[in-house]
This record gives sequence, C-alpha cells and structure tokens, in this order.
Amino acid sequence: MLTEPSGNSNVGAVLVVGAGIGGIQAALDLGDAGFKVYLLDKSPAIGGTMAQLDKTFPTNDCSMCILSPKLVECGRHLNVEVMTYAELESVEGKPGNFTARVRQKPRYVNVDECTGCGDCAAVCPIIRSDQFNADMSERRAAYKLYPQAIPNAYVIEKRGVAPCRDACPAGQRAQGYIALIRERRFADAYRTIKEDNPFPAVCGRVCNHVCETACSRGKVDEPVSIMRLKRFVADWAFEHPEEVAEAFRPKIEADNADADSDRLRSAASAESTGKKIAIVGSGPAGLTVAQDLRFKGHDVTVLEALPVAGGMMRVGIPEYRLPAEILQREIDEIINLGVELKLNTRVDDVVALKEEYDAVFVGIGAHDDVRPPVPGVELPQMLSANDFLREVNIGYYPDLMGKKVIVLGGGDVAMDAACTALRIGTMQADERGGEAPEVRVAYRRTDTEMPAQETEYRQAREDGVLFDWLVSPVEVEADEEGNVCGLTCCRMELGEPDPSGRRRPVPIEGSEFIMEADVVVSAIGARPNLACVPESVSRTPNGRQIAVDENTMMTSVEGIFAGGDTVTGMAFVVDAIGAGHKAARAIDAYVQGAPMPGPEPKLPVAELTEEDIAARREAGEIVEVTRACTLVEADVGERVHSLCEVSGAVSEEEAVAEAQRCLQCGICSECNQCVYACQKHCIDHNMREEIVELNVGAVLLVPGLETMPGDIRPELGYGRCANVVTSIEFERMLSASGPWGGVVQRPSDGKHPRKVAFIQCVGSRDITCNQGYCSSVCCMYATKEAIIAKEHDANIEPSIFYMDVRSFGKGFERYIDRAEQEQGVRYVRSMVSRVTEVPGTGNLRLQHATPDGNNVEEEFDLVVLSIGLRPSQDTRELAERLDVALNEYGFVKGADLRPAQVMRPDGSVADGIFVAGSFSEPKDIPETVIEASCAAARASALLSDARGSLAREQVWPEERDVSQEPPRVGVFVCHCGINIGSVVDVPEVIDFTADLPDVAYAEQNLYTCSQDTQEHIREVILEHDLNRVVVASCTPRTHEPLFQDTIRSAGLNPHLFQMANIREQDSWVHRQDPDVATGKAKELVTMAVAKARQLCPLAQGVSAVNHRALVIGGGLAGMTAALSIAEQGCDVTLVEREEKLGGNLRYIHTPLPGGGDPQELLQRRVEAVSVNPRITVLTGAEVVDMSGYVGQYRATIELADKQQEEIEHGVVVVATGAQEIQPEEYLYGEDERVITQRELEARIADGDLTKQPIKSVVMIQCVGSRDEEHPYCSRICCTEAIKNALAIKERNPNTDVFILYRDIRTFGFKERYYRQAREQGVVFLQWDKDEKPEVRSEDGQLRVDVVVQPEGEMFTLDADMVVLSAGIEANTDNEVVAQRLKVPLSEDSFFLEAHVKLRPLDFAADGVYLCGLAHSPRFLDETIAQAYGAAVHAVSLLTKDELDSTSIVATVDPLLCTACGLCVDACPYGARVLEPDAPCAEVIEVLCQGCGACIVACPNKASQQKGFGIGQVYQMIEAMSVAGS
Amino acid sequence: MNDFEPKIVAFLCNWCTYTGADLAGTSRIQYPPNARIVRLMCSGSVDPTYVLKPLLDGVDGVLIGGCHPGDCHYQSGNYKARRRVIALKEIIKNTGFDEDRVWLRWISASEGQRFAETVTEMTESLRKKGPSPMRRKWAV
Repeated sequence: MLTEPSGNSNVGAVLVVGAGIGGIQAALDLGDAGFKVYLLDKSPAIGGTMAQLDKTFPTNDCSMCILSPKLVECGRHLNVEVMTYAELESVEGKPGNFTARVRQKPRYVNVDECTGCGDCAAVCPIIRSDQFNADMSERRAAYKLYPQAIPNAYVIEKRGVAPCRDACPAGQRAQGYIALIRERRFADAYRTIKEDNPFPAVCGRVCNHVCETACSRGKVDEPVSIMRLKRFVADWAFEHPEEVAEAFRPKIEADNADADSDRLRSAASAESTGKKIAIVGSGPAGLTVAQDLRFKGHDVTVLEALPVAGGMMRVGIPEYRLPAEILQREIDEIINLGVELKLNTRVDDVVALKEEYDAVFVGIGAHDDVRPPVPGVELPQMLSANDFLREVNIGYYPDLMGKKVIVLGGGDVAMDAACTALRIGTMQADERGGEAPEVRVAYRRTDTEMPAQETEYRQAREDGVLFDWLVSPVEVEADEEGNVCGLTCCRMELGEPDPSGRRRPVPIEGSEFIMEADVVVSAIGARPNLACVPESVSRTPNGRQIAVDENTMMTSVEGIFAGGDTVTGMAFVVDAIGAGHKAARAIDAYVQGAPMPGPEPKLPVAELTEEDIAARREAGEIVEVTRACTLVEADVGERVHSLCEVSGAVSEEEAVAEAQRCLQCGICSECNQCVYACQKHCIDHNMREEIVELNVGAVLLVPGLETMPGDIRPELGYGRCANVVTSIEFERMLSASGPWGGVVQRPSDGKHPRKVAFIQCVGSRDITCNQGYCSSVCCMYATKEAIIAKEHDANIEPSIFYMDVRSFGKGFERYIDRAEQEQGVRYVRSMVSRVTEVPGTGNLRLQHATPDGNNVEEEFDLVVLSIGLRPSQDTRELAERLDVALNEYGFVKGADLRPAQVMRPDGSVADGIFVAGSFSEPKDIPETVIEASCAAARASALLSDARGSLAREQVWPEERDVSQEPPRVGVFVCHCGINIGSVVDVPEVIDFTADLPDVAYAEQNLYTCSQDTQEHIREVILEHDLNRVVVASCTPRTHEPLFQDTIRSAGLNPHLFQMANIREQDSWVHRQDPDVATGKAKELVTMAVAKARQLCPLAQGVSAVNHRALVIGGGLAGMTAALSIAEQGCDVTLVEREEKLGGNLRYIHTPLPGGGDPQELLQRRVEAVSVNPRITVLTGAEVVDMSGYVGQYRATIELADKQQEEIEHGVVVVATGAQEIQPEEYLYGEDERVITQRELEARIADGDLTKQPIKSVVMIQCVGSRDEEHPYCSRICCTEAIKNALAIKERNPNTDVFILYRDIRTFGFKERYYRQAREQGVVFLQWDKDEKPEVRSEDGQLRVDVVVQPEGEMFTLDADMVVLSAGIEANTDNEVVAQRLKVPLSEDSFFLEAHVKLRPLDFAADGVYLCGLAHSPRFLDETIAQAYGAAVHAVSLLTKDELDSTSIVATVDPLLCTACGLCVDACPYGARVLEPDAPCAEVIEVLCQGCGACIVACPNKASQQKGFGIGQVYQMIEAMSVAGS
Repeated sequence: MNDFEPKIVAFLCNWCTYTGADLAGTSRIQYPPNARIVRLMCSGSVDPTYVLKPLLDGVDGVLIGGCHPGDCHYQSGNYKARRRVIALKEIIKNTGFDEDRVWLRWISASEGQRFAETVTEMTESLRKKGPSPMRRKWAV
C-alpha cells in the first residue's frame, strides 16, 4: 500500500519583527501557544514607543509599570528568543517554511554576560544626545536604552573604526585619546595610547602622522594635530606618575595582590610560561615585540650590537628632534617589565639562536647606507648619513667648524644630517671661536618632489641650510692629500614621471660643474645589513630585505620572525611598532603551539562624507575653531647653537581646545576605557555584523510608527522657538525618569510654565504635507498630557486647540469630560495658523481664528505640538524588501475585512506574512495589542500542525525531599564587580553571615550571576548538603528566576530560595557611606536568612484542561472566534440565542468605498461555521448556567426545543454583541420619514432610493451617544453616516445630504471618506450639545432647525428624510450573563476587560475571553481582529494538557477556618470559594494570582500565602536590629 | 539625640514601589540608609500586625508602598490597603501612639526619585520625632 507523504513541512517557529508592545504581545501569545518565537528589534532593547510614554490614557496608568512585567516575561519566556539590534533583511520560501535573513548589528557588549551595571558608561568619554529622552538629555556612546530595558544590557554606539586609527600602522586609537583629552582625563588618555604604542613620547615627536592625513577634520578646515596631542599626553604622564599608576590600576585587586598592582609591574611579575625568545636589535620593532611577549609571560632577551638601546630611534634621529633622555624613559619602561637587554652583543647568525631560544625575532633595522655610484666615495670625508648620525648620537663629533658640508639627498635623513652638521659645526665654532660651517643640500629634483616632511624642510631652511636643486653628484674630488675638496655635479632636468609618480630627473649633458666641499654626506637611502642572516632565510625579490609572511611576520625559517626596517627598508617608528605587534601575536601563538594568526579582519572604517559633515554642522556639532594648538619652536637664531629640542610642547588648555575639534567619526572612539572598567569582560570591540538565517513558518510585521518631525509645519515655530516642543518631548518632560525628573519646565529658561497650549493635528488630517489621515491618538494623548501636567503643577492652565475632539474609544469620552469639567482643561475649536516668539520673554504668541472668523492672538508660556505618526523610512524599505504593498502614506496595505493580512503589490494576499499594530493604520495601545493577538492567531492557524515542535521544555532533576532536614542555609554574596564590592565590605558581610543561625556555608563571588558561578553554586549545594539558598546581590525582579533554576538543577525546590537586594537598594543608593551600607547589607542578609530558614518547598499546582471552547454569541465576533479556534485545532461549541447566526452583521449592507461587502462576509462566515467539523452550532439556544473554573467548566444550555444540555469545556469566549439604541427623539417612531442609519441601509440595499429619488436627506449624529444616558461615543456612527451619504450621492448625485454633527470622528484612514464626502458636496453642519437640532413636521414637510457652530446661526433645512445615527448600547441582559460567568461590567454595562490597555481581550479570571460589541462599539474589521485575538488566547490554554498555577497561592488551614466567607469577598479572581454547608473555605489554585488580599481579610489567620507566610514576615521583622532594643 | 538614626521597615508591593526602589538604585539616587525593605506581592497583603509588630518591637516607622490608585496589579489591593491603613492609624492614635509613624505612599515603578524622596522625608520626620517610645519600654 502506498502511503502519502505527510506533506508537513511547516516550521513551528515565527519571526516577529518589531518589539514594541504589539510585537511583545504577539510573541507572548505565540510562545504560549507552543511556537518558537524570534522577537526582533532594531533598537538595543525591546519596549518600543510605549517605554517612552509617561502615562497611558484613559486610566493614567504609569506606562512603564504596566509594560515592565511584559518586558520581563518576554525576556524570560522559554519559547521567545529576543534578538535586539537586529534587522530583517529578506524572507524567502513559502508560507509555513520561510528562511529569514537577519542582520545582527554588533553591540560590542556580550548581551548574555552584561549585568547592566553601567561601569562602561561611567568611563565612556563620548557624549551623545539621548534619543530615548527625545534628545533633551545626554548619554554616553556606551549606554542602556532606558533603565528598565530588556535585555538588561549595555550597547556601544559605533559607526566603525575612526579613519585616524585605520590609517595608523600601529592602530593607534587616536579618536580615543583625543576624546579623553577633551575630558581632561590625561592619565586615561595615556593608557589608551599605550594600549597600541609603547613609544608615545617618541611618536609624539617624530611620526609621519598619516592619521592626520586621514583625519576628517581636514575636510572642514585643518586636521586635528594628533601627533602633538600625543606628545602632550606623553609629557604630562611623565610629570604625573601617580595619576598614571592609578589609571593603570585594576579596579579589582586580585586576592593575593599585596604588591603594587601597577600594570607594568604586575606584568613583570606575571607567571612565566618558560618560553624563551631572542630579539635581535633593540629598535622600535624589537622592543615592541619584547613588551608584548613579556605581557604574555614569556622570557625575553634583547640582543643589541650597539652600546645603546633604541635602534634608529636612538642613533638615527638627532637629539634636537628626539632627546635621548625621553627615549630612554620609554625603553626603560619596557626593560623594567623584566626584559633582559644585552648591549654590545653582536649576533653572527640569527638562525643559530634557535638552539637556545624557542623563537627569534630579527629587527636589525636598516643601518647600511646606499652609497652613490660615483668615484671618490671611499674618501675619508665622504660620510654616509646613518654612520654620521650614529656617531654623533653616541657622542663622537667630527670636526665641522668652518667646513663646507654638502648633503646629498632630499629625504628626512638628509634634513637630519644637514641640520645636525650645522649644529655640530656651530657648537664647535662657539667653543673654539671659529666660523660656523656652510651646509648645503644637493638634490636631483626640486623641492616639490622632495620626500622630506614639510616641517623638517622648513626648519632646515630656517636654520640656514642652503639648497641646490636639480643637481646630481658625478665625482667626489680630492686634493693632493686625499681629502675631499669638492664635488663635481651635473645639472638635471625633469623628464617623464617614474613609477613613484614623481618626474624623473634626467642629466643635462655637458652641464658638469664643481661645488666646493670639505665634507660630503650621502643620504640617499639605507638598507639592512643582513650579514648575520644566513642565506637560508629568504630575501625579498630585490635581495635587500628579509621576506616574511604578511600575517605572521615569520621568515622562510620556522621560528625566525622579522619586522621593521629589516623587512620594509627605511620606514617610520609607527610602522615598526605595527610590525612588532603583529610579530608578537604570531610568536606567542607559535611558542604556545596555537594556530598561527590569519589575516586581520578589516573592520568598517567610519569615514565622514561631505554630507555627513554638512549634517553635523547643521546640527551645531562642529566646534568651529581652525586650530587650537599654536606651533612653538625653539628660537631660530638660537637653536643651531645647541642640540636642544626644537619643537615645543602644547599647553594643557590648547590640548583640550584642540581635542574639541575632533569630529568623532567613529562615535565610539575605541578608547578601551570600557574594556578596562568592565570587570566581567563583556566588551568586545572586534564584534562584527553578522547575517543570521532563521527558519520560520510565518513572519509578523509589528514595526510601529515614528513621530513626525516637529517642524513639519514650520509656521508653528518648532526649531525656531525654544519653548515649542513636540508631544513626545513633552511626554519625556512629564516622565519621572525623563530629562528633568518629571519637573515641568521650559527648555529655554527652566521656568515653570503656567499657560500651556496644545496644538492638534500637526501633520495629521493635513493634505498640504501629504498626511491626509488622522493619527487617531493625538486628541487623547494631548488631553492626558494636559491632565498629567496639571497633576505635576496645579498652576498650569492647559488649552487644547483642535478641529474635532476624537474620543471614540472605550472610556475616552468620559476622560475628555473629566479633563474639561474637573481638571479645567480648556478646549478651543480653532486651528492655530502661526506661532511666534515674544522677544525677550521666551513666551509664544499664537494666532488663531475665533468662532466669528476673526484672527486673535493669545500668549502662552509653552506650546506643545501634537505631532502625528507615520511609518519610518526603514519600515517602508523593509516592506519593499518583503514585497509587501504600501498605501499612499507608506502604511502597509491590509486586506479588506481580513485584519492582520497583508497585500502584495500585485493585489494578491501575502500568505504567511502578517501585520499588526499601527503599521497598518495609526492606532492606540489596546487596538495594537488586539491586532497583535489577531496576527498571532493567524500564524497559529497556519502552523497548527507544527505547534509544539520547536517549543522548549525545561527538564529538572528529581526534587530532593528536605522536609525532615534541619535548615542548612548557603549564602552567596556578590561583589557585582565593583558595584557592590566598592561600597559594601563584602568579606565583612561574609564573616558576619557565617555566624548566623543555620548558615552552613557562606562565600563571596565576583559575579554571582555568571555562568560558571551557577555551576559552582550547584556543586556547593550538593557538597555541603544545603537545603536553603540566599543570594545577596541585585534585585529579585530580574535575577530570582535565574538562581531558582540553579538550585532546581541541584535538586532543590525553587522556593527554597531568598534574595537580599544589596545593590539597587543598598550599594548604589548609599555610596557616600560605605560603613553604613555594609551595616545595611548585613541586616538585609540577616533578614533574608531569617526568612530562608522558614521556607518550605512549594508545589506547582496543576489541573487538567478540557480542550473544548464555548463561544457565546453567533454574530460576527462569535463566528470568527469559533472559526479561528477550530482552525487552530480545537473543538468549539457556538451558542446563539436567535434562530439565525449573524447578529448585527445581518443589518449591515453598505460597504465602505472599496471595502468588502458585509453581506458577502456574513454568508461566508455562516457557511464556514456550519460546515466546520470542529464546530457545533446551537442556535435558538442560551447558556442558562455555568459552573467550574478555568480548564474545567460545565455549562447548561437550554436548546431551541427547551431541552437542556450540559457541555464541558475549558474556556469561554464572550461574544454576545450589543444593540442599536432605539431613538426616542427627533420624531422617530412618529413620522415614518425619520429612520435610523440601519433602516437607511436596508432601503439603499433594496434599491428604494433609486426608485423614487429624494431631494434632501438630513442626518443627525450622536443620537443616543455622548448624552447623559449614554456618556460615551459609539465610535462608528460618523463613518457610518458618511458611508451612507456617499452611497446616496453615488446613486443620485443631486440629492442634498446634510450631516449635522458635533465632532466628526473619522479616525485613521477613515478621514479619506470624510474628505471624499465633502468633495462630493455633502454638507457638514456642526451643532453644540447644548443646542440640539430640532425636527418638526410642518404642513407635511419635515423641517430640521439647527444652530450651526461656530457662527451660532440658526438654519432650517427641508428634509425628505431624516436619518438618525443611533448609537450602540450594551445588551440589556448583560448583567445576567456577567453574573453567570462571574465577570465584571463597565459603567456603561459593556463587559469589562482585565486591563483596558494591555489585556483588552481577557477577563481578570483566566479562561474567559471577550470580543466584539460586547466589549465596546467597533467596526467590522476591529471586531474580527478581536475575535481572532480572543481565539489565540483561548487556544494557548486549550492546547495545554494541564495548567500550572502560580506557586505563591493562598492556602487554608481547615482547623482554623470558620467559614465566615470574608476571603471570598476579598478575592478579585473568584479563586476563593465557600460552598454552601462546607466546613471551610477553599482556594482554587489555578485562579489564585497570589495577591494575598484574602490572607489579610481572614480574621483567624486560617488563610496563608505560600512563599509570603505571616511567620516568615515576622521573622524578617525580628531579624532587623533596633538600636536600644 | 543628634546621632539618633531612625529605623524604618518598608513593605513594598512587588509591582510598583519595589520596582521604583530599584529604579532609584539604577539611577544612583542617594537617600538615607534607614529603611529596611520587605518585598510583598501587593500592598493589599500588608497585615495589620506587620505594622503593629515592628512598632511594638521599637522600630521607629513603618512605610507601606503601593501602586497608585487604579494601577494595582491585582485590581484593588491598594484600595484595600488604603482603607486598612486609615483604620489602623485610628487605632494606633487611640492607643496614644503617634500614628504619623506609619506612612502609606503610592509610588510607581518609574518614580525612583519619589521613592528616594519619601525615604528621605520619612527619615527626617522620624528624626525630629525622636526614637520610638517603645524602645525605652524594652530597654531595661
């Protein structure tokens, strides 16, 4: 028999893009529903915009309070993998099985290891504006997005390697030490320099500073004087040895470190590896290798042929450029590390050294001069520059007094030789009373082609050196005695360019002439003397240098390495240092037997383009100083009389000012201070961007929106006037964790504002800036901000300037009413046309129109712009990459009446890709959360067969029974690096703790939370038979679960654990007083131990789950929820009390323009529900009784035939709908021409209107809404009226349609229809709630009188038909249903969800869900979204086999319980029950949330809360020490 | 009594005030070290004896911190705490004890500053009042 392939290739994983509240909700829903979730966000923490908000409307909940538990839940969820600082690149494959490519940006901080302590930020020298605080405060380049961020980890903002560092052969972190100089942290700057360069004082003087050539500042004016800044730091460091030692001192002393822990010394005492390395030559390359290898603990011997160390630095660079004493300081530092230096030790064969040493480094420099190929070079006064300079530097001066000296060449060595000769001869003349020498430089090209550095050439000219251009030596002339007496030269001319790009000098025939000369110094190049290097070591192709591997610097002979001039020919000190580092890395690997290093990966270079610079200039980030450090040089006339240093130092003030010129190209300067500060070694500046491929079944797009720029309407003054702020800025100003700690003050002067104006619709409902939609949330958030501002400062007088107040959501209308009536918020219906500053006051003058059409001005202290929302550019690009269609405003194009589904540009539906939240339309938090759940439901249905395939489940060892053991408490006290340890004396706490009763073990940890410590704790528990564990460290809110898992892994019940918070609540808040902090820590530990001794194992309650859902209500919501639950694989009973399914949907006929047909939708749903085998439909039936609790309900249903049936089910979905208000005014029911919108729709559908065209229709809004009886907005009526008006106009354009309204509430994209209606001639007339329109019938003619605002004029309209936009009210029997289900109702008798913002579809009691009109009035698509959302919550529960309850539930002692029932009243969850005649009350553990209310209510103390027992709390109180008691 | 350092026991709800106290720490806001925090799930689970026992033991003040009205994680626990504390203070007053040694404050998770200020104020206030009379009672 053939078996069919299962065809199941669906992947049980979902990618959620965007981790705002929508993404978080979707991730949690899907994780709970048994899918693996990747939660992606481009920012370094999850939380999105909601994290930035101060409060939320309409409850004024603290945004962070309600968000933070969700963040933590996401961070801990076994099935949710949070991927921050990452972006989605592409998605390929098919629905159910996609490959998503994710770009993981480098964070430079190991996110799993970081403890969020902030040590890195404390030392970071780079200041950035804090975007989280709307750029109103500053942060460092190392930062955490916000204090409660999840992951609780820092991130380093870096564009790449700064061009200066990239250019430097030694990789010197120039931007880093410059930033530290700017902060006047010179010792730190010195450490940063020393990180890459053992010779800062040298390189601060004699470098070719390619960094300055690469410096971006050169594009603005002149490069930063990087070399001179380095010299400043090096000189400063020499003057301040103590500060430098302090900067190098490790933050944590090693336990056995009794010696001075100065880095240099500690390296000296580093444990030896026993490997011996010989270094031939003590130049910069050799000494760099020596230093680096010494740090690695190798034994290093430096062999130097000369009597002095330093190589070319010592004998090639003249004293007046680099004083020997300064060089010697830096050499000594290296030697003092424990490097053996053997001077006067010439090596004959470097390869032979291998016998004695494990590796050999050859750094013998290039000391052999290239001699010009002319006759006479052997004459005694014919010198080579290197020999000449070496002799002088060692102290042997040839007699040059009064001599004529010719130096051949045009490089730096020629300049050095010439200036040295001039000085020596002059000094001899001064001493002996003779003539100064005449020194000339003869060069075969001109000064333009000369390779010498500009400064050196200039100084030589100033010193009096003469220059002859375009001359080349032909022969050195000698007199009879064989002494040099002249130089025959020929003239040259410049020909074609040679390979170096310079024009080639060509001799002019017959141009020979003789120059007088006593001494000739040849400085035309040098090469290494390879006499000591046997032929077995390969040479470079030209035979002059040693050939090496470019990655390892190893020669052709294994174990022999080479670097510096020996390999490159004459180069600069930094080149040799760079080579030295590279060789040292390889030698270390070689001697340790590790793999040899490969090519160093190229990190991206953060070059600044001209545009970048223009942008920074625009933002005022560029300090406009051309050059701060002035050039100081020894006096021109004086300096040739000695060898004193020519270049002068930079002053401290100049250095700091110069440092401010740095443009900080890389942002992070890689100064490494964070690396030194981080005691957990989490920082890695070499992290690189990675592409991660994820295999997922579905993709959810929940990227959220950004606020529009404040200057989207420039006339409103943002950017021009300091006291005009955006709403998001004001939100941060209000926040307790905002820039000013929640004090409302003006940005310009810090004054407390009194009159504050809010201007609405800035960038919303405004086609002039292509924002033709309503941003939906601004009216409400402005009101909230006004109320909160008044709460902060009662003197504030807020005014809100608006077009229409759009308070259309649940509870919104009351919020506005309260704001206006109780809080005194003034609402002004008028658009502000202009804001100008009142000179000298910072006050703002608003120009706006009054009702009578006059322009008036009013002065305010502060103006808040209620800016609209839009998708960010990134988001739009993402959508384009994913081939998802966008609408004209850049929002994703959703499918009509199919919420969460997305269209492709070709008009098809994008399967497997779903959208949620404001990316499809601006919306508030609850609607976002609902859509997120809806999208989760769709993904869950698509991947239903793969549910659970990738979900993780933790397996624990069997729990040890400790009930018979006496308590043995283990205490672990954390240093948290220096976060606790630098304030609290941890060893003292340990000593003290060890003596506490029942403490069997106590120890300290550097980081108790680190991975290895977890394993260690596990071992200690087993080794010492511990049965209670106390950790004294940070907050249990973030770390308790980690430690609980650890003790669980050692076989202990997780509740045998207690934490003492000695960081957030001790060391961090009492830093000034370490003694008191230590005392407090002891007491907190004592309290924790006291409680721990009383801890008992807590069992996790479980209860079985019936896998059937009961859906009450067969309207659109109920049918959709039932279908979604069935699609996701569970059985449903759908109960509808009417004979037919459909509910209110049966009366909706007119589609929105371009929208789906409601009746077709109805038909589709009814059909789908009827044929679905998982759905049992009971019509004409009613739930008459319900018992049980989550997972195990029993409902009694009265069927159509009055028979009763009982069904068992696990969850309930309430979708009982609502009803249209029956109007009792405007002649409704008295005159048949007065009808409701619903009746109008039926007539339009019947074609009535086209049969007998009517001349005039008057629609009246807010009938039964926003009045005393129904003090809420019915949300849909404005759009419904406009929809029907458009339908009438479509059928008969000549019909006059008047809409009499109070506020038009076409939020989101519905604003389009409002605009369309006005364009098609629908007349909108606004009335005030105190002057309602009147409908009268006069001589058979219907007339409507209306006082039209803002003018206040009375109009009378003749109407053939008056249509009343009747609102929606709750079903009259909601109360009965609510009692049956034990769920609450709102003031307006709609059902009341668990939390207005974040749990809109749940009830407080688990297992009961809510959707559709039963929740509140809403549109069809909103109803569908809710139904799906409720369904996924239901399915998450239904697909479980058993439910876990929280462990900290209430429990009852039946012996003490008197069955008084007070606990039952106290419980908000219905978890406390007292059955009639029962001897004692009970706890339904799955319902109990562990709040403890019933415990306090119990008069007999029969109720106790597990984990927070009264006895345990008493013990903690008693453990507190009370002085005097 | 210049060096008198009052001792405060603080019962903080897990969701708002305890988190606010943590935020004071993360923000490094410095405040006096006189309070000893006991974390409870809800201000509504503060048993009257949790207040009376420390007072009898000689503790100088008791602070109860909960979510702002309407913000309770458990819907209404803070209202229960409010009612209870009003009654409790009445009883304490009737026994001749200074009821102002018991403070109930609403401090949200984002009000680190407010938490620090509350502890500072309470410490100052108790410092002015001097040691709890119960201390003398027990000092034999």
